[in-house]
Amino acid sequence: MKKMKLVMVGNGMAGVRTLEELIRIAPDLYDITVFGAEPHPNYNRILLSPVLAGEQTLEEIVLNPLSWYQENHITLHLGRKVVDINRRTRVVTADDGTEAEYDRLLMCTGSVPFILPVPGKELEGVIAYRDIHDTNTMIEAATKYKHAVVIGGGLLGLEAANGLMLRGMQVTVVHIMPWLMERQLDIVAGQLLQKSLEDRGLKFLIGAQTQALIGDKDGRVMAVQFKDGTEVPADLVVMAAGIRPNTELAVKIGLHCGVNNRSGIVVDDTMQTVTDPRIYSIGECAAHRGTVYGLVAPLFEQGKVCATHLAQFGIGRYTGSLTSTKLKVTGIDLFSAGNFTGGEGCEEIVMSDPYGGVYKKLVIKDDKLVGACMYGDTVDGSWYFKLLREGRTIHDIRDKLMFGESNIGDTGHEGHSKAATMADTDEVCGCNGVTKGAICKAIKEKGLFTIEEVKKHTKASASCGSCTGLVEQLLMFTAGGDYSKPPTKKAMCGCTDASHQEAREAIKEQHLLTIDSVYKALGWRTPNGCASCRPAVNYYLISSWPKEAKDDPQSRYINERSHANIQKDGTYSVIPRMWGGETTSSELRRIADAVDKYKIPTVKVTGGQRIDLLGVRKEDLVNVWKDIGMPSGHAYAKALRTVKTCVGSEWCRFGTQDSTQMGKDLERAMWRMYAPHKVKFAVSGCPRNCAESGIKDVGIIGVDSGWEMYVGGNGGIKTEVAHFLVKLKTPEEVLEYTGAFCQLYREEGWYLERTVHYISRVGLEHVKKKILEDAPMRKALWAKLQFSLDGEPDPWFDFDKAAVDTRQFTAVGAA
Amino acid sequence: MSEWKSICRVDDIPVLGARRVERAQGIAVAVFRNSEDKVFALLDHCPHKGGPLSQGIVFGESVACPLHNWTIGLSDGCARSPDQGTTPRFACKVDGGQVFLDDNELATLALDIRPPVCRAGGSTGALGDESFSVQAPQGA
Repeated sequence: MKKMKLVMVGNGMAGVRTLEELIRIAPDLYDITVFGAEPHPNYNRILLSPVLAGEQTLEEIVLNPLSWYQENHITLHLGRKVVDINRRTRVVTADDGTEAEYDRLLMCTGSVPFILPVPGKELEGVIAYRDIHDTNTMIEAATKYKHAVVIGGGLLGLEAANGLMLRGMQVTVVHIMPWLMERQLDIVAGQLLQKSLEDRGLKFLIGAQTQALIGDKDGRVMAVQFKDGTEVPADLVVMAAGIRPNTELAVKIGLHCGVNNRSGIVVDDTMQTVTDPRIYSIGECAAHRGTVYGLVAPLFEQGKVCATHLAQFGIGRYTGSLTSTKLKVTGIDLFSAGNFTGGEGCEEIVMSDPYGGVYKKLVIKDDKLVGACMYGDTVDGSWYFKLLREGRTIHDIRDKLMFGESNIGDTGHEGHSKAATMADTDEVCGCNGVTKGAICKAIKEKGLFTIEEVKKHTKASASCGSCTGLVEQLLMFTAGGDYSKPPTKKAMCGCTDASHQEAREAIKEQHLLTIDSVYKALGWRTPNGCASCRPAVNYYLISSWPKEAKDDPQSRYINERSHANIQKDGTYSVIPRMWGGETTSSELRRIADAVDKYKIPTVKVTGGQRIDLLGVRKEDLVNVWKDIGMPSGHAYAKALRTVKTCVGSEWCRFGTQDSTQMGKDLERAMWRMYAPHKVKFAVSGCPRNCAESGIKDVGIIGVDSGWEMYVGGNGGIKTEVAHFLVKLKTPEEVLEYTGAFCQLYREEGWYLERTVHYISRVGLEHVKKKILEDAPMRKALWAKLQFSLDGEPDPWFDFDKAAVDTRQFTAVGAA
Repeated sequence: MSEWKSICRVDDIPVLGARRVERAQGIAVAVFRNSEDKVFALLDHCPHKGGPLSQGIVFGESVACPLHNWTIGLSDGCARSPDQGTTPRFACKVDGGQVFLDDNELATLALDIRPPVCRAGGSTGALGDESFSVQAPQGA
């Protein structure tokens, strides 16, 4: 079949990212031709400021070298500006006469700088700040001339001014508005910024209105004149008074560009132009729902959506983005996002230390963070931005909010929580041994923009994920404020656009019973998913439709398929269940005999009051289980694991309640319970809490008058103290409330989400509402859990019923 | 010349699963079956840290290593970018529902690759107070 032809007008970051996505998902669909007006392959425009400042070189900021275009069979016309498009014959014409036919056209013409309409704007030495050419002009001017004036005190203008100053020029910034970066900062932060830049040697004329540019006899600019008649000398004038969508070509060929052709090429949620269905547009030239985005993160989201439509999958919609800003001037920390000016119905939390150069303002509305503006100390910018995007209620952390994420407790990476203060040799990801230096290097050299990309290339935060926040901060520091944030609604994996929540809901609402039907209903792109989505979907099915949906062993991780923990040499570990941590001489004798008989190399007592046999060969598993004759401990599963108990009132002179019996009762009632992640209980007989109930998913503490119940604790990656949920009187109540909480988590938790993360997502209030305030709901949940667990098999003995494929325990075709 | 040796029936391999073929010498071979009943054979050894690929989750024409989730292509044995590494492939054919491997390859291919070990010089039987170096990925 003949391939379709795709022509892209413009060779910038957003467009090329779209091509990358397209080539990834539909490599053979199109013959692709790209026209670029600049004589360079795609480069990272965001990093022009560090180049100007002499911190990076042009070579370092190239994202797609020419070889990339070759490898992907893309015809590239560099240095050729498209001047006309015939939409009837579907031919694109460039300024040198080059023509290209298209079936689909992607308009990525980007933006053009706004040039003040003042006399003298054509003089030599008057430039905008937009591309490599402008950057080189500035670098060159700095070697010859002394005085520079930057018109515009926004993000771009300040970065240009800083760069020129570092290259030895005397720089004056002219800004017509009452304070710097007025669209990103409030007046306090703006003035702090001005002071700090003045200390470095920049001069500012705030509120000054440019009237004319004065030239010398050779036609080169020599001064800037203002409305009040004053003048400042200028050998170089940089116009940084804003950008506007480059719609010249689009208007010419009749694409709708909003009122008076001024708002950008109007596109719908699929990034298709509203005028011509063959033409798509993304980037700084496209107007989506009335907004033109100028930051890279939203543009990449647009590119992703656009690629799926170009690939004819017909899925995915772009629905707009939240953006944040960070100034890329080394040594100045500044961050803003959302509505930081406040207004009706908003509350503000402000911390101001003008002498220390620190200012933080958080804007809260309806119990949610809606804006943040920070100067001097921005380490928590990415965290605030996350809260903002997620729209999480904040009353439970409000008292600590201002002091940042580091105040909410963290372990696992030497207590580091501020990426900026870490040395390059410090370890960020403790699981994979990745240092800060390695991550920053990868971000710069490989042009990474998203957490996913950093994960893939460096393995940082790819295992336990506890350092994701740190990596996010590093991305922000290294790639600038406009690194790509995952959207609030996060797709489960690359196979689909559906989120975990959407998958859960579809299974529930449409009564889906098989993995295939879920994939079909939600438009999966892959025939049988991947190692990440398939186990999740399998869990959602069996937890939503107990006794109906069939468990699929091939969609479970090896541990849950072999019902033992795989070890690094391919052997397994076996942990039999010991109810409440109690055992007997005959159990111990059987364990000892099995250790000898099967030559099991290591026997270890676990933290959960059980015994672990390590190094069991897979072919011995079945016989080891049989010889030991104890139930499966599910230590390998996303399921109820141990119930840790203290000896309690039976023996202990301090004990107030029989915690061992309570623990055994809980364990017998809820073992074999699969869940989104592992679940651990503990029961202590008195507030001395010897069973460590404060760091368990459900912790019960006996007191003289009954039992206290705690939920959402975690002793793992991030030590998290459990929340007090309720005080109960009888063991029956403890069973009912614990069961109801577990069932709620089973039904609402996302796969691999521990109870602590589940609660922090839905809020403790939500849990209380369902478990404490709604007695019928609580009883129904408890009944549902009992129904689900009733008659469930022990996978170590009842292979058929537990869908254990016993073929896995033997080899085939013996040598 | 290939000497085809009958291994098992295609049906002996679970759909989206694998079986192990032990060899007289060297690491075992994993034979995989995908959802389209295509059969593939690779050394049962991830190029990363030697994880047994036969125990991984099979999807499309790939398998995810059970130890650290590297994705290995079943038809070429290559790790999916940006990971790098290749697992030796074994010739494999299906005829009349029967799976065959090349006996010469089974006897000679990739004999030099060593399996991963947990404790260097580890003894068997009960232990004293030796240090413990196994890390349970999903530990209790």
